[in-house]
Amino acid sequence: MKILVCISKTPDTTAKIAFTEGNTKLDENGIQWIINPYDEWYSLVRAIEHKEKDPTTIIHLVTVGGADVEPIIRKALALGGDEAIRVNLQSNDSFTVASQIAAVAKNGAYDLIFTGKETIDYNSASIGSMVAAILDLPYISLANHFTLNGNDAIIKREIEGGEETNEVSLPVVVSCQKGMAEQRIPNMRGIMAARTKPLHVQEPIACDETTQVMQYELPPAKQGVKLVAPDNMDELVRLLKEEAKVI
Amino acid sequence: MVLVYIDHEDQQLKSSSLEAMSYGAALAKQLGVTAEALVLGTTPATLSDLGKQGASKVHHVAVDTLNHLDVKVNSTVIAEAATQLNATVLIFAHNINGKALAPAVAVKLKAGLVTGASSLPKTENGFIVTKTVFSGKAFASVKIATPIKIIAINQNCYGIHAADNVAEVIPMSFNIPSPSVKMTLVEKVKGELPLTEASLVVSGGRGLKGPENWGILLDLAKELGAATACSRPVSDSDWRPHHEHVGQTGIQIAPNLYIAIGISGAIQHLAGVNRSKTIVVINKDPEAPFFKAADYGVVGDAFEVVPALTAALKNSK
Ligand SMILES: Cc1cc2nc3c(=O)[nH]c(=O)nc-3n(C[C@H](O)[C@H](O)[C@H](O)COP(=O)(O)OP(=O)(O)OC[C@H]3O[C@@H](n4cnc5c(N)ncnc54)[C@H](O)[C@@H]3O)c2cc1C
Ligand SMILES: Nc1ncnc2c1ncn2[C@@H]1O[C@H](COP(=O)(O)O)[C@@H](O)[C@H]1O
Repeated sequence: MKILVCISKTPDTTAKIAFTEGNTKLDENGIQWIINPYDEWYSLVRAIEHKEKDPTTIIHLVTVGGADVEPIIRKALALGGDEAIRVNLQSNDSFTVASQIAAVAKNGAYDLIFTGKETIDYNSASIGSMVAAILDLPYISLANHFTLNGNDAIIKREIEGGEETNEVSLPVVVSCQKGMAEQRIPNMRGIMAARTKPLHVQEPIACDETTQVMQYELPPAKQGVKLVAPDNMDELVRLLKEEAKVI
Repeated sequence: MVLVYIDHEDQQLKSSSLEAMSYGAALAKQLGVTAEALVLGTTPATLSDLGKQGASKVHHVAVDTLNHLDVKVNSTVIAEAATQLNATVLIFAHNINGKALAPAVAVKLKAGLVTGASSLPKTENGFIVTKTVFSGKAFASVKIATPIKIIAINQNCYGIHAADNVAEVIPMSFNIPSPSVKMTLVEKVKGELPLTEASLVVSGGRGLKGPENWGILLDLAKELGAATACSRPVSDSDWRPHHEHVGQTGIQIAPNLYIAIGISGAIQHLAGVNRSKTIVVINKDPEAPFFKAADYGVVGDAFEVVPALTAALKNSK
């Protein structure tokens, strides 16, 4: 069993977002970078759990990014995983990133490709579906439970108002979310081992960007909260009906 | 032509798809072209009614195996339909099915894709779509450079608008590829409105102290006809089911009204709800960060305020 886990770097969930250079770049001042939570907690840990059950499993991590992603990928290696591949390209275009991941996946002949459900910075929720389409593989989104039965994966995924179980033959691309696995923290042994695990850097394949971020903008500040006295709920109901017009 | 992918479930068209249709119709008007709809699978819903949201034609691939989401198969059908119909812009709702399908269709049509769009594109000078980024903490304007463009719109960002077209329903047929996944079980939460489709949401946090206290929240939700949600520690402690967890790591919602009860308003929680139109916060701590993100606030004890609010709603009828 060979698993490819897609790892992306995002600002810490508490990061204060601001922009520079005429609102064309994220202001990285003071930003802590983390592994995208869905990639770390759910997809990577689920792959590691599988390897713990079946030690013949090989886990490769792939990231598309500049050299600045290396501390993040080392942290992911410290959690588990055997080798990492960094495609040396910085792009916000989902198709470009997916094309790079698909090229790596094609080379490695993986049985399973895991992505997170979305990145918490660009919130595209697109890479997994695109990788599957490029490779012409089945795709299951928003998986919250995953088991294997021989060459078949049995996957539960979120649907509106419930869950659905799907059976699919490998290879398959799966986007992972809460429920897949329990969050872990790397231990000292993992951190030491990660230092010597192979991290291959490779140059990107040629690909034209299909989209381009022109500018960022912060949302307008809230008007400020209107306080209503706790013993005057009639007034709150009136405001919701007549002012906000939401009920 | 602007082609809008229409999703249906439980015998009805999804409201997020009706919204996508309204958005597609407005964009078509802006571009001086027609807006048409594409429906896959079978449904008893009256498809010509999509004219009420501005569709001039509804293309229907009435094959019941397409009712189930098989991304590989359904995206192939959508891409082929779009090619046959010469669609230049495709619109999806950024809901569960749209998130899975739109990127695959984009690959097949070599189309630039923007997901999570929050308003109509600017089309005077290029094609620029505004989308939410950083979990609702900011917006990005994104230029699509390809001849065919795909947009997946955020739920509840545009609204459902009335038009008075009568749409002509046109059957389409294809050789449907063989399935790539087999659905073996569906488990639906009975009788509950899915959170992502709800326009009113009442949500509880650790301030409610324990699952045995949820009655006051459920009463309020019932009175309003609202769906229920919760903060992460609440679902982590199994006080409430996991599908109610909203936030950065849970689900993201954008209802017209979000009432937060005993929730502090941590930034990771806000990331799931900050696109709500109106936010009401009920918290006994006036310093709770949630008040900064709220439109209306009540500083008080939830155990008193919530039943009083339910009673006031009853009285107002
Ligand atoms: C990477 C990461 C991701 C996360 N993702 C999420 C997420 O997706 N969703 C999420 O919710 N959290 C998430 N969290 C957790 C988040 O940081 C907060 O810890 C969490 O939201 C707090 O939940 P709470 O507001 O219910 O509880 P608390 O922070 O304990 O707040 C309880 C509130 O109730 C009030 N209160 C107490 N008693 C009463 C009363 N009688 N009447 C009225 N008010 C009362 C208190 O004043 C307090 O403000 C995440 C954290 C991390 C690190
Ligand atoms: N630059 C990247 N390198 C590797 N994987 C990525 C990258 N960007 C996104 N992904 C993966 O794709 C998932 C969905 O990302 P997105 O479609 O950008 O929201 C993430 O959770 C990652 O698993």
